[in-house]
Amino acid sequence: MENKVYTAKDFSSDQEVRWCPGCGDYSILKQVQSVMPEINVPKEDIVFISGIGCSSRFPYYMETFGMHSIHGRATAIASGLKAARPDLSVWIITGDGDSLSIGGNHLIHLLRRNFDTNVLLFNNQIYGLTKGQYSPTSEKGKKTKSTPMGSIDHPFNPLALCMGADATFIARTMDRDPKHMREMLMRSNSHKGTSLLEIYQNCNVFNDGAFFSMTDKATKMNQTLFLEHEQPLVFGENKDKGIRLDGFKPIIVSLEDCSIDDLWVHDEKDRVKAGLLTRFFDADFPRPFGVFYSEDRPTYEDALVQQIDNAIEQKGQGNLDDLLKGSNTWTID
Amino acid sequence: MTQETVEKVVIFFAGDSGDGIQLTGSQFTNTAALYGNDLSTFPDFPAEIRAPQGTLAGVSGFQISFGSTEIFTPGDECDVLVVMNVAALKANLKRLKKGGAIILNTDGFDKRNLRLAGFADDENPLTDNSLADYRVSEMNVTKLTRECLVDVTLGVKEKDRCKNMFVLGFVYWMYNRSLEHTIDFLKQKFKNKPDVLEANTRVLKAGYNFANTCEISSSRFEVKPAKMASGTYRNIMGNQATAMGLIAASQQSGLDLFYGSYPITPASDILHELAKHKNFGVRSFQAEDEIAAISASIGASFGGALGVTATSGPGVALKGEAIGLAFMLELPLVIVNVQRGGPSTGLPTKTEQADLLQAMYGRNGEAPVPIISASTPSDCFEATLEACRIAIEHMTPVFFLSDGYIANGAEPWLFPQSKDLQSIKVPMTKKENTDYLPYKRDDKLVREWAIPGMSGFEHRVGGLEKENLTGNVSYDSSNHELMVKTRAEKVERIADFIPNQKLDAGSEKAKVLVLAWGSTYGAIKTAVKELLAEGYSVAHAHLRYINPFPKNLESLIRAYDKVLIPEINNGQLIKLIRDKYVIDAIPMNKIQGIPFEAREIKNRIIELHDGE
Repeated sequence: MENKVYTAKDFSSDQEVRWCPGCGDYSILKQVQSVMPEINVPKEDIVFISGIGCSSRFPYYMETFGMHSIHGRATAIASGLKAARPDLSVWIITGDGDSLSIGGNHLIHLLRRNFDTNVLLFNNQIYGLTKGQYSPTSEKGKKTKSTPMGSIDHPFNPLALCMGADATFIARTMDRDPKHMREMLMRSNSHKGTSLLEIYQNCNVFNDGAFFSMTDKATKMNQTLFLEHEQPLVFGENKDKGIRLDGFKPIIVSLEDCSIDDLWVHDEKDRVKAGLLTRFFDADFPRPFGVFYSEDRPTYEDALVQQIDNAIEQKGQGNLDDLLKGSNTWTID
Repeated sequence: MTQETVEKVVIFFAGDSGDGIQLTGSQFTNTAALYGNDLSTFPDFPAEIRAPQGTLAGVSGFQISFGSTEIFTPGDECDVLVVMNVAALKANLKRLKKGGAIILNTDGFDKRNLRLAGFADDENPLTDNSLADYRVSEMNVTKLTRECLVDVTLGVKEKDRCKNMFVLGFVYWMYNRSLEHTIDFLKQKFKNKPDVLEANTRVLKAGYNFANTCEISSSRFEVKPAKMASGTYRNIMGNQATAMGLIAASQQSGLDLFYGSYPITPASDILHELAKHKNFGVRSFQAEDEIAAISASIGASFGGALGVTATSGPGVALKGEAIGLAFMLELPLVIVNVQRGGPSTGLPTKTEQADLLQAMYGRNGEAPVPIISASTPSDCFEATLEACRIAIEHMTPVFFLSDGYIANGAEPWLFPQSKDLQSIKVPMTKKENTDYLPYKRDDKLVREWAIPGMSGFEHRVGGLEKENLTGNVSYDSSNHELMVKTRAEKVERIADFIPNQKLDAGSEKAKVLVLAWGSTYGAIKTAVKELLAEGYSVAHAHLRYINPFPKNLESLIRAYDKVLIPEINNGQLIKLIRDKYVIDAIPMNKIQGIPFEAREIKNRIIELHDGE
């Protein structure tokens, strides 16, 4: 059968998009719609599942199959869908509150099971839909309506959490870098297993500028570190800084004092080093973007189908009459 | 030595929870079934896996009633009480009828055991004449078991684990049963442990021979096969029948079965059973929690499978929000609730019928869900199949209510053939349908189903209120009212597609109607049968469909002067009946974590009948 050629417009539903003007979600929606025609999956085989929150309205705007479900459970719903229908391309749309607070449990179990799904975690470090309370990724001391004296919660480090759950693919991008986001979406899609893409997304109403140090021209180059497989970790305005490893201790070095050959070379397959990168999470280190880690591990649904096939091979296709009869019967005349 | 023929026997096996009592009971059950007896069983075990040995809290029991006559309950009083220790005796002597037989392991009556069971230093039921009203057969089971295994190279602990086989062999002799079935079972169970197989088999035979030679029991009994409808039977437990009903529904509808569950007593055995049948394409999924279990099932249903989740009351509490979602999505979903004593963790291993109102009302907003209930272990099969049929054909979540008593109980089953099972029609939209609207309905008010993979049918569903027909999000106030009423009406119209309520016994002109649901069936059936034989004017109707009620239910119950509603709860069905029909039905409630006895029901009916 001939594959239909789609355009981004084919993935735009007839529903009016109703995020706040200036919301970072628009940029993500646009990139996702533009990536869809390139993943070579028939539109009817694509499903978007979301939980609750601003980001979770996303499926309504996609002209694919979709479900806007309940708070925190998109990951669990997608697990069942993928188990029942391994043939589908399943995308999970979730926010920091949805996936890390109320749905934290399901997220880690999705990752350890490694269902072949794509998680797009919109992180804006705030509760938007419930109007501005702090979220599990908000920084300590955050003043919000529910924390007028400042939050005393220690924030989650989402990617470190995901590494801890043995995720097979983790990456980070941001709403204000569409080109990079697009690249990361394609990488997420091509990963077989659960891919988790954290997207820094600006909530211009309740948490404007949370990531501006990483997106503003003036500070961006010193605050971000773009990861590329087999490339040394270089950053800074003039590409003049790098990360060197002293044992397992990362150190920021100036390339004036240090040869580029001595720098840490990024290896997506290295779990230990990926773990270290997820810990680049405070002001002292630049924030990494790109693919932290990528591993091939059998998916849950493949193993499930394999068990079914094996059971059929060993016992034959289930016969209902044999099942009903069981092994011990007696007859009364 | 005498040989007596008896019509019906009730045996209660009791011992420490590590004594293998459940296995002993189930082996005796299977053998009785193969002899053609009708039977009913009731396992009764503590919530702790291994409560402290020798204590009252650690007593595990298994009751079986079997006979040459029809049996509907595990029996009120026991004829025989088998006890492995003094705690088992103390906890269960009240079940034994006067003059009944006690088979006891004297080794379980030593100083330590007496102390653990709460006896004072100078007290011992073996010597204080307190068992004078019973026929007691004493034997030192531990000593005899060890002696029989003296040349077997097993540790003492492993040898002692065979004790239950000695007792089982003894009881087999008493009731003239062959050891064959149990030996076959042991061969299977220990096929990779020849020494354990040898030990168990030898002890089983030793118990049988001991009874034969020692004349410790003065009589031997014959229980003839029951006169049951002709056909081929098997033995079945409730949870097993539920699992089979789900597989049958999958086959009858052509939908893959996805079963998402989180382990919980007493529902877990459904998961265990289904996991064994992957060759039926069953996708069983042990989720991380109850919420994930139901959510995954909803996801599977969205993908075009038959999503099922099973749990017990506390699990349903967690699933509540997701049930509301499934209700809004209007997707097939079956929620099995094997009820147990509540509230909260309550009495996990004891039975109760106290989740009916939870099933009926336990959600936010207006979300009526059909409720189907099973009344006996084998009835779980058809009732489950029916729950699945309604879920699929009417595109709705459906509650299937069972309880610990019927889930773990067993009975003979005249099992059906697959060709005689009802088919299930899936309301899948036609590929050539060009104007598909996700929430357009047929005359049953059921929407057409389109699943991922169907080109041209892409659509979005969700928990937000939907615009009629399109399913798009809508906050329009009049649309909301329309949708709430439409969804409720859809569930009400299911009454057009279920059978009318029939009487199980008695006539439409009787004085007293006993109206009930669920596992009270056997006790009521027994009571009403006896009363009818004694000339009382009584009838019995047992509900399978609780929401919606059968269409003729109102006219049926209005014909009686008195309607008695016995329930293992504080009065839940009666609330629904009074609310719907404004009939002054009479409650009868037992809230002890144990089923009704037939005589309790009988006495209450007599009181009502003879004018209270």
